[in-house]
Amino acid sequence: METFYDVIRRQGVTRRSFTKFCSLTAASLGLGSTAAVKMAHALETNPRIPVIWMHGLECTCCSESFIRSAHPLAKDVVLSMISLDYDDTIMAAAGHQAEAILEETKEKYKGKYILAVEGNPPLNEGGMFCIDGGKPFVEKLKWMAEDAMAIIAWGACASWGCVQAAKPNPTQATPIDKVIKDKPIIKVPGCPPIAEVMTGVVTYVTTFGRLPELDRQGRPKMFYSQRIHDKCYRRPHFDAGQFVEEWDDEAARKGHCLYKMGCKGPTTYNACSTVRWNGGVSFPIQSGHGCIGCSEEDFWDKGSFYDRLTKIQQFGIEHNADEVGLAAAAVVGGAVAVHAGVTAVKRITTKHDG
Amino acid sequence: MGIQTPNGFNLDNSGKRIVVDPVTRIEGHLRVEVNVDKNNVIRNAVSTGTMWRGIEVILKGRDPRDAWAFTQRICGVCTGTHALTSVRAVENALGITIPENANSIRNMMQLALQVHDHLVHFYHLHALDWVDVVSALSADPKATSALAQSISDWPLSSPGYFKDLQIRLKKFVESGQLGPFKNGYWGHAAYKLPPEANLMAVAHYLEALDFQKEIVKVQTIFGGKNPHPNWLVGGVPCAINVDGTGAVGAINMERLNLVTSIIEQSIEFVEKVYVPDVLAIGSFYKDWLYGGGLSGKNVMGYGDIPEHANDYSAANLGLPRGVILNGNLKEIFPVDHTDPEQIQEFVTHSWYKYPDESKGLHPWDGITEPNYKLGPAAKGTPTNIQELDEAGKYSWIKAPRWRGNAVEVGPLARYIVGYAQGKPEFKEPTDEFLKKLGVPVTALFSTLGRTAARALEAQWAVRKMEHFQNKLIANIKAGDTATANVDKWKPEAWPKEAKGVGFTEAPRGALAHWIKVKDGKIENYQCVVPTTWNGSPRDPKGNIGAFEASLMDTPLADPQKPLEILRTIHSFDPCLACSTHVMSEDGQEMTKVTVR
Repeated sequence: METFYDVIRRQGVTRRSFTKFCSLTAASLGLGSTAAVKMAHALETNPRIPVIWMHGLECTCCSESFIRSAHPLAKDVVLSMISLDYDDTIMAAAGHQAEAILEETKEKYKGKYILAVEGNPPLNEGGMFCIDGGKPFVEKLKWMAEDAMAIIAWGACASWGCVQAAKPNPTQATPIDKVIKDKPIIKVPGCPPIAEVMTGVVTYVTTFGRLPELDRQGRPKMFYSQRIHDKCYRRPHFDAGQFVEEWDDEAARKGHCLYKMGCKGPTTYNACSTVRWNGGVSFPIQSGHGCIGCSEEDFWDKGSFYDRLTKIQQFGIEHNADEVGLAAAAVVGGAVAVHAGVTAVKRITTKHDG
Repeated sequence: MGIQTPNGFNLDNSGKRIVVDPVTRIEGHLRVEVNVDKNNVIRNAVSTGTMWRGIEVILKGRDPRDAWAFTQRICGVCTGTHALTSVRAVENALGITIPENANSIRNMMQLALQVHDHLVHFYHLHALDWVDVVSALSADPKATSALAQSISDWPLSSPGYFKDLQIRLKKFVESGQLGPFKNGYWGHAAYKLPPEANLMAVAHYLEALDFQKEIVKVQTIFGGKNPHPNWLVGGVPCAINVDGTGAVGAINMERLNLVTSIIEQSIEFVEKVYVPDVLAIGSFYKDWLYGGGLSGKNVMGYGDIPEHANDYSAANLGLPRGVILNGNLKEIFPVDHTDPEQIQEFVTHSWYKYPDESKGLHPWDGITEPNYKLGPAAKGTPTNIQELDEAGKYSWIKAPRWRGNAVEVGPLARYIVGYAQGKPEFKEPTDEFLKKLGVPVTALFSTLGRTAARALEAQWAVRKMEHFQNKLIANIKAGDTATANVDKWKPEAWPKEAKGVGFTEAPRGALAHWIKVKDGKIENYQCVVPTTWNGSPRDPKGNIGAFEASLMDTPLADPQKPLEILRTIHSFDPCLACSTHVMSEDGQEMTKVTVR
């Protein structure tokens, strides 16, 4: 059987580079050096895992994000780490030659393939708001889920429903865990998820041969356990009460906090402020726009993206950002005091208004 | 028995029916059915959009300043273009102007998308219609190197480079796990490239996959992420601060240098790899000039890339605007999005209901009530379609028409309009390309012409990006660092009622959004998108759309492996998530339709 290691060796990757890759990958997953050794062993002995990537109602932003991955490169994932046997966006085959691959995979790799789902099934109109091979997509999805080893829900669509499920959800677009109940599902939310988070999840599974540890909502803890706000480089300005008040004002030019412009960083669990986007080039806040919370459930229905989050308990009961800002402006030492108070507070809650 | 369509095609559905579903290597879900005669020539073509999402109804009652984020999710492949169209529609409705820097930045983001989308389309969605991956295994690496060096001075072209690649490819194929190349039509008679050209193309397929992620960084720098960067009504969200306190948190010298570097790399890749490849591949297919369809008859461009901010007149737009009918390049009609007689959508053959389906409706007054039912001659059941009946309703795509005419949109349409206008930046590269291939100008009206126009446009777009980067820097140098106009940011500054339209040229063609705002909320929102034009079903008069027209009279070498169908449909770069999202503008409750 073909192994990952065989393939990359034949592709001219040296033993040294391979070991380095394992160490870097382990490090990027926050794992120690023993993990790198285990990873190397797994890659040397496991065959490439077949992956079936299906598309329901979606916009293909997840596929587009996936191919942006800088480490590992999408090319290397597809050619060396997995066997992407079905993905209607890039596969050579079409029509019945494409359908035949699904049948073959179910039979030949029963219980051994990963089903990756981008988008979601609509349930209204007998499922015919999304037709695939003349039939409702939901049927094809359930059929392929039957024999899958594990399922990855790519992005906000598969995880939560996303834009087509925003009120009033006319097609009854439904997250996949509502129609597939008997399989482990890894939710990788975001619109889209960060490229390196996507490839990080895939390589975790292929290298460790197990699913990453998930939180209560089914998201990998390694990427979704902290808020954007927790690691935001503009956080000191929040703590100091220095806020952008209007687009392109002096504070915007100085890179102050975007909380008052509607930033949802304080309530959004994702890796944007640490991993960043497109090989670490930037992330929304760095480029001047607040986080819109795209990895959170129902983020489309939590009011305008420019509405300020209310009821953040960060400033204590009596204070809000305006008052903190005024205090900070009036008394230089005030900022320090506020900062100390802020960091002591553990929880942030949101009130969904509007 | 044949039926003559008003737009000049002779349809005959008496021959054998061939179904392709799913059509892969596109965005979204598409089905194609054709009838072939006894010589396996296509005599009838039916294209069906097979998905529907309903984003406009979801927009009703929301804040117009949020609309860009919703509409951007119509498509993650042409990411950004719907958002740009949306902020333009809102600004048009509310009378909001944007600073000159915002115009330059928006143009660069849009052009970066254009270049990225065209490149990925050619190599990753379209190339396998021309390139036989398995044939590359029998190439001579030395001859491949000679071929590569004869068409370009791109450095990755040594015999050793191609030999290494070939060894890797061979072992990949021998592994038995073919991944995305599994069940392709390898060895098909319609593949015309020699093994060496195939090997070169496979090398560039992989190089382009690595490189594409660099181009989009222009969107990341200004918009924070890609796919789906951030936009702003009234300008752009990123502030400029080149040398003051806090410049590290804004567009500063380092960010500008990064943009410049990406543009330079993109110019190099497009000019040394993409354009030469299309020319080289084209030289082996210049006798296969099928697929013209509507392109030699009716084409349309809205125009885009405004030189100066806030002026959307044709004279200020880099990409050409206008309509050509019946192949008459001497007359170019102006387009008016606000004229109720010009752009109308029909639903006679779409799964929607109108009170009077013989008439079309302008997007400001559109109705979209789903009505899923198959025609009487359809085979199978409503949830297990074997064959569609094109005499009845058969698609989730509506049929938009310009003054009743089906038109083609996209890079080829833009180049034909630009060529007809005699604009040198479109005419000269086109003439040069045709001359190199040794084919007449009529060769443009083909599948190959569509693919060539896209490559030429990518080249135009990288150079235009460079232009706007220089313009942005010059403007900053002159002391203007404004990126947003907040005069009418707050709803209190808006009229009680307003309506507007915004348009762009998406990579796939002419795109427009129509909005009505009332009491600070969206009252109505309608999008008519490129693949709605190109992938449209028949209209009440029986005119066929661009996809269907393009397939007509094409011979298939092997009807069981309809490579030629994929090749021609792919040449439009279909985007089905874009084309089929329309939903009730009246907000009627979407009751479940019983299918009989």
